[in-house]
Amino acid sequence: MRRVGDAPAIRRLLITAAVLLSALFLLLPLVAIFAQAFSQGVAVFWTNVSNVYTLHAIGLTLVIALLTIPVCLVFGVALAWLVTRFRFPGRRILQTLIDIPFAVSPVVAGLVYLLLYGRGGWIGSFLDGHDIQLMFAWPGILMVTIFVTCPFVARELIPLMQAQGTREEEAAVTLGASGFTTFRRVTLPNIKWALLYGVILTNARAVGEFGAVSVVSGAIRGQTNTLPLHLEQLYQDYNAVGAFSSAALLALIALLTLAAKAALQWRATRREAFS
Amino acid sequence: MSIQLHNIAKHFGRTQALEPIDLDIQDGELVGLLGPSGSGKTTLLRIIAGLESADTAPTAGRILFGERDVTHVHVRDRRIGFVFQHYALFRHMSVFDNVAFGLTVMPRRERPSKGEIRARVLRLLEMVQLAHLADRLPAQLSGGQQQRVSLARALAVEPDVLLLDEPFGALDAKVRQELRRWLRRLHEELGFTSVFVTHDQEEALELSDRVVVMSNGRIEQIDTPEALYRAPKNRFVFEFLGEVNHLEGRVQDGMLRCGDAQLNVNLPDGDEELLLRPHEVRLAPSFESGVHLPVTVTAISLVGAEVRVELEADWLAAPWLATVRHADFERLKIHRGQRLYAHPRQWHRFKDETARPRQAPAS
Repeated sequence: MRRVGDAPAIRRLLITAAVLLSALFLLLPLVAIFAQAFSQGVAVFWTNVSNVYTLHAIGLTLVIALLTIPVCLVFGVALAWLVTRFRFPGRRILQTLIDIPFAVSPVVAGLVYLLLYGRGGWIGSFLDGHDIQLMFAWPGILMVTIFVTCPFVARELIPLMQAQGTREEEAAVTLGASGFTTFRRVTLPNIKWALLYGVILTNARAVGEFGAVSVVSGAIRGQTNTLPLHLEQLYQDYNAVGAFSSAALLALIALLTLAAKAALQWRATRREAFS
Repeated sequence: MSIQLHNIAKHFGRTQALEPIDLDIQDGELVGLLGPSGSGKTTLLRIIAGLESADTAPTAGRILFGERDVTHVHVRDRRIGFVFQHYALFRHMSVFDNVAFGLTVMPRRERPSKGEIRARVLRLLEMVQLAHLADRLPAQLSGGQQQRVSLARALAVEPDVLLLDEPFGALDAKVRQELRRWLRRLHEELGFTSVFVTHDQEEALELSDRVVVMSNGRIEQIDTPEALYRAPKNRFVFEFLGEVNHLEGRVQDGMLRCGDAQLNVNLPDGDEELLLRPHEVRLAPSFESGVHLPVTVTAISLVGAEVRVELEADWLAAPWLATVRHADFERLKIHRGQRLYAHPRQWHRFKDETARPRQAPAS
């Protein structure tokens, strides 16, 4: 007897469609990016990449990502712990609130930050009085990046921690372990793969974020320009090769991230198969 | 170490999980908390462990381990061993590391040396007959083996009391039987005070020195297995401890009638409900004066030490179950559809909520 959906004709049709769509919408653009970037040779690509503004944009982007990750990591673990290990009024609402950064358009997020922390904003005007400038400077970029990436770690952890339950932690405590020891020796090893996966996603988004950052950055070349913003500027200046060189860099970071993720998944499944 | 509970109650939100309970457990005793799900037995166990806290209002209860008041002592300082129903082994640690965990998290001053920990863990693993699996991960063990690891892990820290939450509930019948016997032996050997939760009356009666029967957050009876089975205090205990046949009818002039069934009883007039255990029902091809309970055999199960015979009759609301010795079964040539007469050897009645087994006349 044939299983449902196992008719050879349908199967072939679906596989063809999937391959075709993936090639057309995923693979081709990727190839196009690199083709464009190297269209005038490696030397031109290299000149574009080693341009002082590009280098600064790369640096700023990486610094923002490096600062974002630990913040999101701590925030995500704390939130997941809170939501899965305690019962309190408002728990459900909190779980919904976590998703706001996903639900809201990044541009809107940027605008709200501008409204609050900009020079004329509610908090911004107070800070301005103390000579602190957040918007149109790197702290603003960092703030909105954290905003758009903060759900990733928590979202990865919550279902896992819910499924794993609290029994192992209870067991650890009955055996005399302190709260920190329990976290370090029981909780953390159980969630480390999800945690790493969350970090990879956070990193990918932090590096690539455009909408929110473009609103609050001011895009001052050599000062507040991240790589995606820099790319867009180059493109607006009719410097296609330059734009695509930056695009190639971003794509490269994305590919590395995906490779890291695949490697982690491969390791995790191998561990499962082994045990 | 003895355990004393005074006035322990528990609410979850507005629902009362435990009515105020007093319970004394002697040093070295093995006590079973028996009850259906939702009876509060696991809650009580978790309160003893400190994994759950008892109500503090309107009046605060007290928990004593020996002379030590542990009411406000945190779980990690209560010196308990806790065995979970689904083992709760640390999945990323080897069997050895699981058992060693309690020793390795001790404060540096009290912590035994590496070599000593190793020796102790191996001794425990030998005791639970798992020394050869010390390097395996929990997922590579069977359920019974995992539960033994979990027990060794709990015993490693030499707890004052050992608490087990449905320890054999997730295992299949044969392994369960084996582990029960093994726990009993271990308990006799080491003499720890132990409380375990179960919903399996057979397990409770077989393992415990005393059984605490619970229902709806209340203690129904605390007694030795024998006393519990012979003299259940109320109908709930009687029904929960084994299979029960019901006989409902109206008594008039010392004769209980129900349809064409009659039974001589020495009871005042009025509606009555009599309860009988399957082994208290004797089957015979004929009736006697004063005992006329015609039944039809509807199902027969030959497996086990006795034959289980299901009986039906017009005057019965629910079928009866009778256990018959294999010899009697062959002598009576019992077969499905056969009409026989039931003769109570003994019956029980809980009208005034007290157990009173009565000898049936002329049996």
